[in-house]
Amino acid sequence: MKTKLWLLAGAAVAMALANGCKPKGAQSALSGDAASKVYVAPGQHDEFYNIISGGFNGQMSVVGLPSGRVFKILPVFSVHPENGWGFSEETKPMLNTSHGFVPWDDLHHIAISTTNAEHDARWAFGNANNTPRIARVDLTTFKTVEIIEIPNSGGNHSSPFITENTEYVVAGTRFSVPTGDDNQRDVPIETYKENFRGTISFISVDKEHGDMDIAFQLEAPPFNFDLARAGKKKSHGWFFFSTYNTEMAHTLLEVNASQKDKDFIMAVNWKKAEEYIKQGKGKKVKAKYAHNKWNEETHMATSVIKDEVLSLDPRELKDIIYFIPCPKSPHGTDTDPSGEYIVGSGKLAAIIPVFSFTKMLKAIENQDFEGSVDGMPVLRYESVLHGEVEKPGLGPLHTEFDGKGNAYTSFFVSSEVVKWNIETLQVLDRVPTYYSVGHLMIPGGPTGKPHGKYLVAYNKITKDRYLPTGPELAHSAQLYDISGDKMQLLLDFPTIGEPHYAEAFPATLIKDKQVKFYPLEKNNHPRALKGINDARVVREGNKVHVYMTTIRSNFRPDNIEGIRVGDEVYFHVTNLEQDWDVPHGFAVKGANTAELLIMPGETSTLKWIPDRVGVFPFYCTDFCSALHQEMQGYIRVSPAGSNVPLKYSTGVAE
Amino acid sequence: MISAYFTPLWQISLWAPQYPEGLNMKIWIDHLSGDVDIINGVNHYIGMKHIGVEMFPEFSYLVYVFGFIIGFGFLAAVIGKRWSLYTFFSMITLLGIGVLVDMYLWGYDYGHNLDPTAAIKVPGMAYQPPLIGYKELLNFLAYSGPDTGGWILAAVGSIMLYAVVSEKLKSKKEKALA
Repeated sequence: MKTKLWLLAGAAVAMALANGCKPKGAQSALSGDAASKVYVAPGQHDEFYNIISGGFNGQMSVVGLPSGRVFKILPVFSVHPENGWGFSEETKPMLNTSHGFVPWDDLHHIAISTTNAEHDARWAFGNANNTPRIARVDLTTFKTVEIIEIPNSGGNHSSPFITENTEYVVAGTRFSVPTGDDNQRDVPIETYKENFRGTISFISVDKEHGDMDIAFQLEAPPFNFDLARAGKKKSHGWFFFSTYNTEMAHTLLEVNASQKDKDFIMAVNWKKAEEYIKQGKGKKVKAKYAHNKWNEETHMATSVIKDEVLSLDPRELKDIIYFIPCPKSPHGTDTDPSGEYIVGSGKLAAIIPVFSFTKMLKAIENQDFEGSVDGMPVLRYESVLHGEVEKPGLGPLHTEFDGKGNAYTSFFVSSEVVKWNIETLQVLDRVPTYYSVGHLMIPGGPTGKPHGKYLVAYNKITKDRYLPTGPELAHSAQLYDISGDKMQLLLDFPTIGEPHYAEAFPATLIKDKQVKFYPLEKNNHPRALKGINDARVVREGNKVHVYMTTIRSNFRPDNIEGIRVGDEVYFHVTNLEQDWDVPHGFAVKGANTAELLIMPGETSTLKWIPDRVGVFPFYCTDFCSALHQEMQGYIRVSPAGSNVPLKYSTGVAE
Repeated sequence: MISAYFTPLWQISLWAPQYPEGLNMKIWIDHLSGDVDIINGVNHYIGMKHIGVEMFPEFSYLVYVFGFIIGFGFLAAVIGKRWSLYTFFSMITLLGIGVLVDMYLWGYDYGHNLDPTAAIKVPGMAYQPPLIGYKELLNFLAYSGPDTGGWILAAVGSIMLYAVVSEKLKSKKEKALA
């Protein structure tokens, strides 16, 4: 009996000590030569630019691949005190909306411009989720140069997605909302099905200059719209949107929008929509929205409030919209590089359906419908289906392609990336991510020409991956080598904000086109100075305009007197430098704004309202030269109504 | 020599840790080009004068000096006598020597005659650029040498020298035969 007890106890201890039963964790995933594959030697350049959405920081970050090094936080929808974005008088109009100045937003997705379905990398587009807008960034200056507000939208999550020649950038609404005049919009929430609309906006992009304009809006049914892709090559002219909440619930969506076995991928024939517009079938409807543009020669933005959009009703205008049934609340819809296959990722589905564009056209031709929504046909699932990927993983979200016939899908719940063959639908490989991947990205992955060398997983949960920093952690990303049969983890790197979608393209596309400085002779800012002799101070009532120059290492003027408490002082600072990488900064004590960071050849304006009597220092904030610390000045502020004369000078000792 | 009107004659280049791509200034027959403004910006810290067209009175008359010599060159060809060749050669040689001496004097003044209120003063340090070749000046490596037009002029000079020498030899032979 005793022996038996001892044996049992021994067995228990052995089991407790044994680690063979527990599968190996993350630590074992890295193979030996990974470091050399991501090592970019000092002075060498990365192979790819990776433009990453900043999520809740409202910005984009610019990262090099394969190193994972961050080069820049590029301000888009949120104010950025470090360079005055949203604080300088010139940049304030960029953040204007029909609701007034909005200092923050939530930027989720990036679209890099394409020609013939290949990256040309002239512009990067980004979406504002909260107050619906689309921004365009010029990739020769890495500056946001245009922002257009999307009216009749609530939660601009399904955006921005571009057609293969960047003819349009589209924006689908996540929240359907009532549209129209005040009476039409002031309705009980429970009248959702009758009064709410799911608006899809097609924004045209000027071929030469990139200028955006809302070309038309489609009044789709009140579903929630999620990620979308344009057709390409053979499917050019079509757009595919994932939809959920086709139940049309307006409360407790967690349950009420998860009832149906299948939601839809909404196929939009935008060429057909263009035909209707040509026939005059669109109607102009009232809608208030802001359109903000940056001018690189005046170095300032202008904001125009517009009041009308062209609307198309697909219930009346046939053949624009068709629905493809897709299992369980699809989150992502992706089209493969050939444009033939459309991959739906039902986030609650156990399979990945792959649809065929050819079969879709055939089903439309044969009117092979299984029903309709408000007169818009629902195609028969089996007729459009190419096939299903069986048991791929749990919680599929997004799919990218390597251009070699393979697809890579991110799985949030099972925290992995799964590689599968588009033709055969066979699962080929799977790798874990750390942890719970959201978006994934292959350079050129959404285009007709992917560079199937690397894959990056942008994760939602970080936990133990880096040195801990209290409750809030950097979001993690992992870089994988996908050039071989098996995916190989190379690098784990922290990111800025909360990345959602990102795109990458070869650095050679833009690195030799970078603007190094702005030529002074082309500076058409109305308050620009062309040389130090023009520096002056001018009083106009209680407004004081300081026309100031910066050049290593002085401000002109640097002694100013005759300012009074309560004056509105405008520092119009022109950086006279004409060399790369010589910005100057400007900061003045007590400013309720921020600093200015003025690029060579640029003019920027900081507004300052002195609140008390005294002598206030100002100084250069960007370490510009050996005598940077000497680059400073004083402003004397006298009481309101004082008669201290206006006086300014530089280098004059009395 | 006509090329002197269309090509830069001389160049000065500077490299520093902060300027791995280098700064380059080109001197033409009547103007300057290149990164002159940036060089001025950097050099004002040590009190060097502002380089500009007004700094070189040579620009106002060099055009005519070249014109005169070119004109004489054509004349010499028409005359076709040995003395005309020799005179022409002497003119070019004198011009070359004159330009080099002038460059040296300018470089000496530019490098030594510094603003006493300059921000950076290094005792005993002068910043005279090299006449030809490389020289280290504080954090800068300076190079000075002929540019396209300068090389063409040098080639012209060499051809002239060859012509003069061969003519001399010929004339000696002629004299010997006589």
